Amino acid sequence: MILVKGIAASPGIAIGKTFVKKDHKIEIDKKNISEDQVDKEIEKLHSALAEAKESLQKLKEQTAEKMGEEKAEIFGAHLLILDDPEVIPAFEDKIKDDKLNAAAAVKEVVDEYAAMFSAMEDEYLRERGSDIKDVGMRVVKILLGVEAISDKLDKEVVIIAEDLTPSDTAQFDTDKVLAFLTKDGSRTSHTAIMARSLGIPAVVGLGSKLIEKAEDNIEIIVDGNSGKVYFSPDESTLEEYKEKLAEYKAEQKRLETYQDKKAKTKDGTEVEVVGNMGNVNDINPILENGGEGVGLFRTEFLYMDRNQLPTEEEQFKVYKEAAEKMGDKPVIIRTLDVGGDKDLPYLDFPEEMNPFLGYRAIRVCLERDDIFKPQLRAILRASQYGNLKIMFPMISSLEELDEAKLIVEDVKKELKEEGQQFNKDIDIGMMIEIPSAVMIADYLAQEVDFFSIGTNDLIQYTVAVDRTNEKIASMHTPYHPAVLRLIKMTIDAAHKEGIWVGMCGEAAGDEYLIPYLLGVGLDEFSMSAVSILKTKEILSKWTVEEAQKEAEKILKLKSDTAVKSYLKTIEK
Amino acid sequence: MIRLVEEKKVIITNKTGLHARPAAQFVQKAGKFDSKIEIIFEEKEVNAKSIMGVMSLGVGRGNEIVIRAEGDDASEAVKELVDFIEVEMAKEDEE
Repeated sequence: MILVKGIAASPGIAIGKTFVKKDHKIEIDKKNISEDQVDKEIEKLHSALAEAKESLQKLKEQTAEKMGEEKAEIFGAHLLILDDPEVIPAFEDKIKDDKLNAAAAVKEVVDEYAAMFSAMEDEYLRERGSDIKDVGMRVVKILLGVEAISDKLDKEVVIIAEDLTPSDTAQFDTDKVLAFLTKDGSRTSHTAIMARSLGIPAVVGLGSKLIEKAEDNIEIIVDGNSGKVYFSPDESTLEEYKEKLAEYKAEQKRLETYQDKKAKTKDGTEVEVVGNMGNVNDINPILENGGEGVGLFRTEFLYMDRNQLPTEEEQFKVYKEAAEKMGDKPVIIRTLDVGGDKDLPYLDFPEEMNPFLGYRAIRVCLERDDIFKPQLRAILRASQYGNLKIMFPMISSLEELDEAKLIVEDVKKELKEEGQQFNKDIDIGMMIEIPSAVMIADYLAQEVDFFSIGTNDLIQYTVAVDRTNEKIASMHTPYHPAVLRLIKMTIDAAHKEGIWVGMCGEAAGDEYLIPYLLGVGLDEFSMSAVSILKTKEILSKWTVEEAQKEAEKILKLKSDTAVKSYLKTIEK
Repeated sequence: MIRLVEEKKVIITNKTGLHARPAAQFVQKAGKFDSKIEIIFEEKEVNAKSIMGVMSLGVGRGNEIVIRAEGDDASEAVKELVDFIEVEMAKEDEE
């Protein structure tokens, strides 16, 4: 058995036989031509270009049918290369000036472009060098009269290749592909993107060891979740993976049934299971996984990887898109939470001894109208397109909350005077992530429409453990009895004032903790998209009464280890 | 009177920058105009109708580019291309 590790590019498990895609090396004779052959070579070039366009057009249509318009667009880009007003003259110039035959001319120009792209900093652009190579080889093959080789698959296989171009991927009968393995590539290479959209497991960037081991018809296991690939696995590994595969398939099937179902407990009590999002690309996965809204929209991405603050207009467009895509479903937008471990170089904050206890989140926003107001204006303006809610991070006192709310009122007034449309009754909530806020949750609850518990920071501040410090990582646990009590205190105080409580930290999707959270009365569970279905399933197995009883018992446990082992015993 | 040269600065705001799909759409839009159109970014100038040229700039999010057009339809061209970046591209994020 040989184990090779690569980059997990598309999740899932496959067990099967290998099929090695040979890179059919094409020898290009570099010939020097005479002056009077130039016109003829240029003519040959153009007829090859025309033929290449025709075949790309066909491939584009086929791909659109198989994988959707979006995936077919890559061939649209390839078609554009064949019409490129810089590239085509470059081909011609090579023929004219360097007196090269058409095939060699195309190859040289393509190689120059590919080299330029491969030297680029951006990973995504580096991968794009393969686009022009793909297109170039298509033209060269036509010029040389080499048939484009379409690999016919007569049974289900795991494809192994140096790299797969979009043309390659489109030619395979994808029903017969169990997994893709490539020597090169990254999470953003075509193979990875295509594999994810087709739902086929893939491991990329496996390196030259893959190609050395590769032969047709070897038994192989592909674990697209961990990036592990086993060649000729031994019996026990094979058994283990057969079981995993069966479990995986069964679980997928079981969980699918929760996609369109409202999250309900066994006794029919409705709870909300929603998603966390870091950018607009997360919306579709949340919807596809049956998310009933967005419990935490982290807006930091709008501010990162750039040189200045985003404009109101830029933010408005993003919030509007989120609002429209989610329709009636709630989208809770958390106002900017920078500082701590998230630095924005262009804001030029001074370095701090204790950044997590320093100038961050709402503390920055309350001081900087130029940051806070454009964001609030953008959220409010977008609020007319859906069901948006505003949430403030890092509130530690009533004064901060009052001040933040006053600024919202200010902004509303401004918008009204300008005649702008917005939801004037927009819900305002706050994060509960600082112990001081929990202690005065009864006061705070009178001032907001909802709470959302941010467990990552709440643990950090309660147990005094830096959550970015790996040495003490084991201390950062939601099972600490103090944390469990704080969660209960928050929910009790909120319910007494008639407001609801969500949780948007990692703990909300923690399979073991869910019964406790249900038992102490959590109303909304917000997590990353991949955990939503599983959470719905767990909730469906518990009645509220059962969960309450267990919660009472759990609250009597004195250590995180005791809590953890107890939670494991009650798992259903 | 028709202005023959027109230019405008614009900031790229979408996540992926001027890559792949947005670049392809941009180039196709540019191709509809008769004017000579260029993108200027960090002292490099490329033909806005060339997909390889546009992609080779490596324009990412937050970068500022200048779009310059020269010809009878220069002002429409600049207007439409700037509009494309500010409105349509801002919506279009990969995957």
